[in-house]
Amino acid sequence: MLEIKNLHVKIGDKVILKGINLSIKPGEVHAIMGPNGSGKTTLAQVLAGRVTFEVTQGKALFEGKDLLTMKPEDRAREGIFMAFQYPVEIPGVSNAYFLKAALNAIRKYRNQDEIDAMDFMALVQEKMKLLGLDETFMKRGLNEGFSGGEKKKNEIFQMAVLEPKFCVLDETDSGLDIDALRLVSEGINAMRSPARSMLVVTHYQRLLEYVIPDVVHVLVDGKIVKSGDADLARNLEKHGYGWILEEAPKPQPAVR
Amino acid sequence: MVSKSVLQEQMSKQEYKYGFVSDIDEELAPKGLNEDIVRLISRKKKEPEWLLEWRLRAYRHWLTMKQPTWANITYGPIDYQDAHYYAAPRKQPKSLDEVDPEIMSLYAKLGIPLAEQELLAGVAVDAVLDSVSVATTFKKKLEDLGIIFSSFSDAVLEHPDLVRKYLGSVVPFNDNFFAGLNSAVFSDGSFAYVPPGVRSPMELSTYFRINAKSTGQFERTLIIADPGAYVSYLEGCTAPMRDENQLHAAVVELIALDDAEIKYSTIQNWYPGDKQGKGGIYNFVTKRGKCLGVNSKISWTQVETGSAITWKYPSCILQGDNSQGEFYSVAVTNNYQQADTGTKMIHIGKNTRSTIISKGISSGHGRNTYRGQVRIFKGTKNARNYSQCDSLLIGSECAAFTFPDIQVQEPTAQMEHEASTSKIGEEQLFYCQTRGITPEDATNMIVNGFCKQVFLKLPMEFAVEAQKLIGVSLNLEGTVG
Repeated sequence: MLEIKNLHVKIGDKVILKGINLSIKPGEVHAIMGPNGSGKTTLAQVLAGRVTFEVTQGKALFEGKDLLTMKPEDRAREGIFMAFQYPVEIPGVSNAYFLKAALNAIRKYRNQDEIDAMDFMALVQEKMKLLGLDETFMKRGLNEGFSGGEKKKNEIFQMAVLEPKFCVLDETDSGLDIDALRLVSEGINAMRSPARSMLVVTHYQRLLEYVIPDVVHVLVDGKIVKSGDADLARNLEKHGYGWILEEAPKPQPAVR
Repeated sequence: MVSKSVLQEQMSKQEYKYGFVSDIDEELAPKGLNEDIVRLISRKKKEPEWLLEWRLRAYRHWLTMKQPTWANITYGPIDYQDAHYYAAPRKQPKSLDEVDPEIMSLYAKLGIPLAEQELLAGVAVDAVLDSVSVATTFKKKLEDLGIIFSSFSDAVLEHPDLVRKYLGSVVPFNDNFFAGLNSAVFSDGSFAYVPPGVRSPMELSTYFRINAKSTGQFERTLIIADPGAYVSYLEGCTAPMRDENQLHAAVVELIALDDAEIKYSTIQNWYPGDKQGKGGIYNFVTKRGKCLGVNSKISWTQVETGSAITWKYPSCILQGDNSQGEFYSVAVTNNYQQADTGTKMIHIGKNTRSTIISKGISSGHGRNTYRGQVRIFKGTKNARNYSQCDSLLIGSECAAFTFPDIQVQEPTAQMEHEASTSKIGEEQLFYCQTRGITPEDATNMIVNGFCKQVFLKLPMEFAVEAQKLIGVSLNLEGTVG
């Protein structure tokens, strides 16, 4: 589904990603872990299309299409969703209005009819239950005055409504208390399917106790230094990142 | 005082002197402003002598006044002698084919029905048009209730006592430079009177006034709500009325008696000039309402998107006890547009309340200033004001300013003032993009969210048009779901 080959990215003069290779198949959940400043969020944002980052080398293909030349809105319409670490607030624009506009923009791109108000409400109410959101939620301004936890729930709620093919979750667990973490994780797990892939970016292992990844990658200083299964995440939690750094990071395997 | 016969003689000479032809299309006074021109305007409109005298007094006073310089706007000198002060009725296009295609494409974007497009473009309307019969039906309905709704000129002739009683009672001719100029040379405008206890069953709008065509650049509007009356008046239209003349100096006076309420909504979209800031209307307007009676209420709602320069402060004099004043405003400046707008709330009566919600949006090289005054005089027991002025910046070349002036001399007064400035950030736009929404639609959405409090005050259809219009003013193509 997603193929990243030798991706190099910089911001200003600072090189952040130094040759990332990643291959994610349909249905797989990959986790990216790593210490602060290793480039996790950069990778997530580059996939979503943030222009502040400059790709200097490499490729990213989504279902065979060149992702890096696509506008961010077209990536979303193709089926990529990014759950933000720090979602923005848009005062005066209700969650309902925003989400309906997003859904219809995506449907239009796919030559589908716009969803009518009744169908939209039915869809939304079903998904709201999933995340334990109350009735007033849809009428409130987009993330306006939301707590950190509410904002994160809203990201997963939007993801549930938009039903993307590929989800990038950037530090979705940060700032969540244990109950919220459980709800959010359940929301994510409910969306796992053989046709949908996910890239979960996280600093801690705790989200991965609920959302069990198929593959775990460790990102250090802009490079993936180790990949493994869910046990790798548990080891990292136990022993920290130190032991990986001590193992001399081998050069990345050559791109085929 | 000049005796009537002498006046008549002068005027007949003037007619000759200035070579007026009665061909309607060509009727145009020579350039320049002097007492003869003032007389000529009055004569052309067949006005009674008292009104001519009033105009002349205004003119003479105006000569002693200076153009104000305190506003936060810059523009070159205006040559008041280099303009026509009587030019009507204007030559009208015979069909929409003759209308500027750019205007037509804007109408299309705004989704204005064809019949209305013709009215807006000033196409000579034939009786076959549906909208005209609709207008006539409305007029009949209003007449049955005793509501007078006509052009200002007609009101002068048909209801001189009402006009004479209230004209200049809220905005006297010596009020300010532009009001003085207007008082001397005003062309036409609207007049509305709602009798005691009557609620106008519909929004009074210039759309539905048959003779609404081109009212010229010096409009005079007077609205009177007698005790217990209610009226909602909609002014302007959502089309860009191009005007070859630069200066537009209107005066609007509202009078609300005991328990009466006037709601006045404006959508102003005069020609703003081109992208380089060339051309466009100087919109120097004086609007003021007087809550004369107890429990009366005046509410101003304005959406200002047009004009090269907007200079207007729709205000309320809260004279009657328990009276209320409201001001809800959205002002948009793009390219090189400048706006210096706000309100004055003058609290005189006891328990008077006022609310100010101002939203300024600047884009391009636009400059947007909120200027507001709240005065609560000594002895005005329990007066209250709430003010909120928010500015939204789009891009980095624009500017927003806020000049609140609060004068409270009464210890029982309650005042609240909130202000904010925000910028549409790259992060907000990127977030919307990652949800499939284009940056243009996202900007539109953010702007509309910002303006929501004011749009809610507009009548439904107007709110929708205002929303679209702001998108057009900010050059945001396309619309959101």
